[in-house]
Amino acid sequence: MSTQVPVAPAPAEGAAPAAGVAQATPFEPVIIGFTCNWCSYRAADLAGTARTKYPPNIRLIRLMCSGRLDPTFVLKAFAEGADAVMVTGCHPGECHYIEQNIKALRRFRLLARTIAALGIEPGRLQLVWASAAEGVRLANEIARVTEEVRALGPLNWPTRDHTGLDDVTLDSAWEATGGDPAGPPPEPAGASRKRGAEAKR
Amino acid sequence: MSGNGKHNHLPAEGEIRIGVYVCHCGSNIAGIIDVVEVARWAAESLRDQGVVIARDYRFMCSSPGQELITDDIKNLRLNRIVVAACSPHLHEKTFRAATAKAGLNPYLCELVSIREQDSWVHTDKAAATAKAKAILAGGVERIRRNEPLVPVTVDVNPATLVVGGGIAGISATLELAEAGFKVYLVEREPSIGGHMAQFDKTFPTLDCAACILTPKMVDAGTHPNVELMTWSEVEKVEGYVGNFTVTVRKKARYVNDDLCTGCGVCQEKCPKKVIDEVFEAGLGYRKAIYTPFDQAVPRTPVIDRPNCIYFEKGTCKACEKFCEVGAIDFNQEDQVLTLQVGNIILATGYDLFDARKMQQYGYGNLPNVFTSLEFERLSNSAGPTNGHVVLRDGVTEPRSVAIVHCVGSRDRNHNNYCSAICCMQSLKFAHLVHEHTEATIYEFYIDMRTAGKGYDEFYQRIMEEGGIFVRGKPAEISDVARTPEEEGKLIIQVEDTLIGEQRRFPVDMVILSAGLEPRADAKELATRFGISCSFDGWAIEKHPKLDPVATMTEGVFVAGCVSGPKDIPASVAQGAAAAARVLGRIQQKVMNLEPIKASVIEEFCSGCRICNGLCPYNAISFDEAKGVTTINAAMCQGCGTCVAACPSHAITGTGFSDEQVLAQIEGLLRVGADGTPARRSVFPVAQHEGTEEAVRA
Repeated sequence: MSTQVPVAPAPAEGAAPAAGVAQATPFEPVIIGFTCNWCSYRAADLAGTARTKYPPNIRLIRLMCSGRLDPTFVLKAFAEGADAVMVTGCHPGECHYIEQNIKALRRFRLLARTIAALGIEPGRLQLVWASAAEGVRLANEIARVTEEVRALGPLNWPTRDHTGLDDVTLDSAWEATGGDPAGPPPEPAGASRKRGAEAKR
Repeated sequence: MSGNGKHNHLPAEGEIRIGVYVCHCGSNIAGIIDVVEVARWAAESLRDQGVVIARDYRFMCSSPGQELITDDIKNLRLNRIVVAACSPHLHEKTFRAATAKAGLNPYLCELVSIREQDSWVHTDKAAATAKAKAILAGGVERIRRNEPLVPVTVDVNPATLVVGGGIAGISATLELAEAGFKVYLVEREPSIGGHMAQFDKTFPTLDCAACILTPKMVDAGTHPNVELMTWSEVEKVEGYVGNFTVTVRKKARYVNDDLCTGCGVCQEKCPKKVIDEVFEAGLGYRKAIYTPFDQAVPRTPVIDRPNCIYFEKGTCKACEKFCEVGAIDFNQEDQVLTLQVGNIILATGYDLFDARKMQQYGYGNLPNVFTSLEFERLSNSAGPTNGHVVLRDGVTEPRSVAIVHCVGSRDRNHNNYCSAICCMQSLKFAHLVHEHTEATIYEFYIDMRTAGKGYDEFYQRIMEEGGIFVRGKPAEISDVARTPEEEGKLIIQVEDTLIGEQRRFPVDMVILSAGLEPRADAKELATRFGISCSFDGWAIEKHPKLDPVATMTEGVFVAGCVSGPKDIPASVAQGAAAAARVLGRIQQKVMNLEPIKASVIEEFCSGCRICNGLCPYNAISFDEAKGVTTINAAMCQGCGTCVAACPSHAITGTGFSDEQVLAQIEGLLRVGADGTPARRSVFPVAQHEGTEEAVRA
């Protein structure tokens, strides 16, 4: 088996621990990667076929297009314990759906600010473009992001009992307001169903 | 545990019974991942998620493997299947078919990739096994929310559009037309024929290119099933497989097709000479009214409007005066035609690498440095010199000729790839120089690549003919002499890598075997037809090995050099292969489309129209009467951008619904990096609310 990719160095091997401090098991982050069915998912397939190695910390989800990425997905991943999220898509100008990755980019930039406002380090949400032919590039980028997140350490949010608050979906937010779990009551004609923002308040 | 949660939208009818199948793939998966442990873990830890049975098997894609699934569906009343094996792009169809065979809706089967995304890319067995569990848990959570889907059926229009009239396009066109179906062949230039029409000989058989090509051109031009549209370009493509609507601009020829007999008197009488940059590669002249070459198909010439004296000054009309049938029509206008086709074959070919980019080779400054295409015209008996190989002065025969391989190819500064045809083309040039002149021939190569039927034999033959082969990529070609014998010559400075020495070769003529590049407008073409192309600009095939003429866009096929450098036999084969694929579609008469589509839940739509501008396929429209947005399912390509954009969650996307993706995220994070149950961090909702209060206050 051959590989041209610099695999991320074995964790903690070279990281000099403070003298006398017992070396804990090195931190291994869990990263969620959103991939586009047409480019980055195929790049991941190609990396596999070519046996290009990268760290096992990433877990990929296939979407049809980076434009499908609902920001809720990213928040959900952080809420469920992901240490970082990687969003991948076709290079600008190469989108399978013509230009939807540009729309994803717009959303990404807004989301990145939101994430920062929530106190999450910017390095935990990264956007990478990779075409279907760029298996090696994708593998390199995964290795890079993994290293960066390993350096950041775990996403340290206070642990508490969060029954009923763990799902950041809009449905659960609706229920959190005491709404009927079956869904909102029938609305008067013309009223819009603004479940998200209003329900939270 | 939150899989029992609130957003599940689980089907009301009955309990969910999931079968999990973990494939060994021989040792491809089992060599790294402890598949037995993964299956055991799934049966135990995912029982609450509805996993009834979890098995591991050596080759799930084999018949006995598929039978495991079908039998379990029947015997254990399974209603969901998750297979952990290779990429869904490889075997999703296989397992969905097996599921359907047992009477279950195929979309209730999911394939999760633990080979391409896990065992093949990781070496740490424990970590890979943990990751496999996570991937599997993600698949299980996801499939709980899968809904039975029915493919969308569309009729296939039996007409086909072929774009590009080179040898690949012609070969596709003729196959389809011979099979009895309508073909529209659209070509940008005034004649079909492509690059092959410019060549003198073809390697390795030394067939006369025109002799073997022109009969096919005539066939394509006269076939009753072919509608030939030259001097035309595709402007817009709408619709989807089976039902494309294509807009073609037929540029004004200023010559009436129906009346013109192709006698050529107009070209004789036209007083305006223009350097022919396209067909003659800048070596010869044509008139302002012209057919690019004598055997052009169609024979009808075109008037080159920017160069025509009449269009420039308002007088002349020499062509009109001499045309016996009155075919000249200066008032002709561009026609915009709309075609209805079921499939499209792109055979738009290549551009030659611009040798000016390699200034060290002096092309453009040193007159006797030629490109490969220029030499093709020079050696062609129908070319500007009637086949005499001469220097740029038009009379002097060269006494020594250097042929430089890999110009712009296998070069980090330009193109990394090998252009595939240059070695053989350079050998052909050596033979033609040898045939036409007494010159000494030098070939400067990096590596000789002569794989192909009869190709290496041809190489041997050229060596026997006395060609001198120097292994090394020339550093510079200049006219600066250092010794008396170099005076007036072009000097090749090269490191001969076989003897490890710098050498200088004074020659009279240099031929640069320039590489092939994607068309300058390749990316626009890809966007227009909705296909993807690589960073270089070559079209990307559905699979480079197993599906080389299909693209990831249903109904759009590629043939010839549009997807990468190819020689003539490969281009012909691809043209025929693309035609065969299209014929398969036509014979089916109807096609099933993936039911991955967006749809609007009207009760939830607030009519805000945020989604309206997002669809590149114009599938979204606004129903003024109802005050809600609607999506045309046939036009929707399923990208899901509108689904993500809807602030009211009124748009759902089948196959990739919010519920499915959110559940998959949950599942993927069920297992930590070390395989233990995952640490859950907490979304700081309380703090978040506090902040909001503060802001509001």
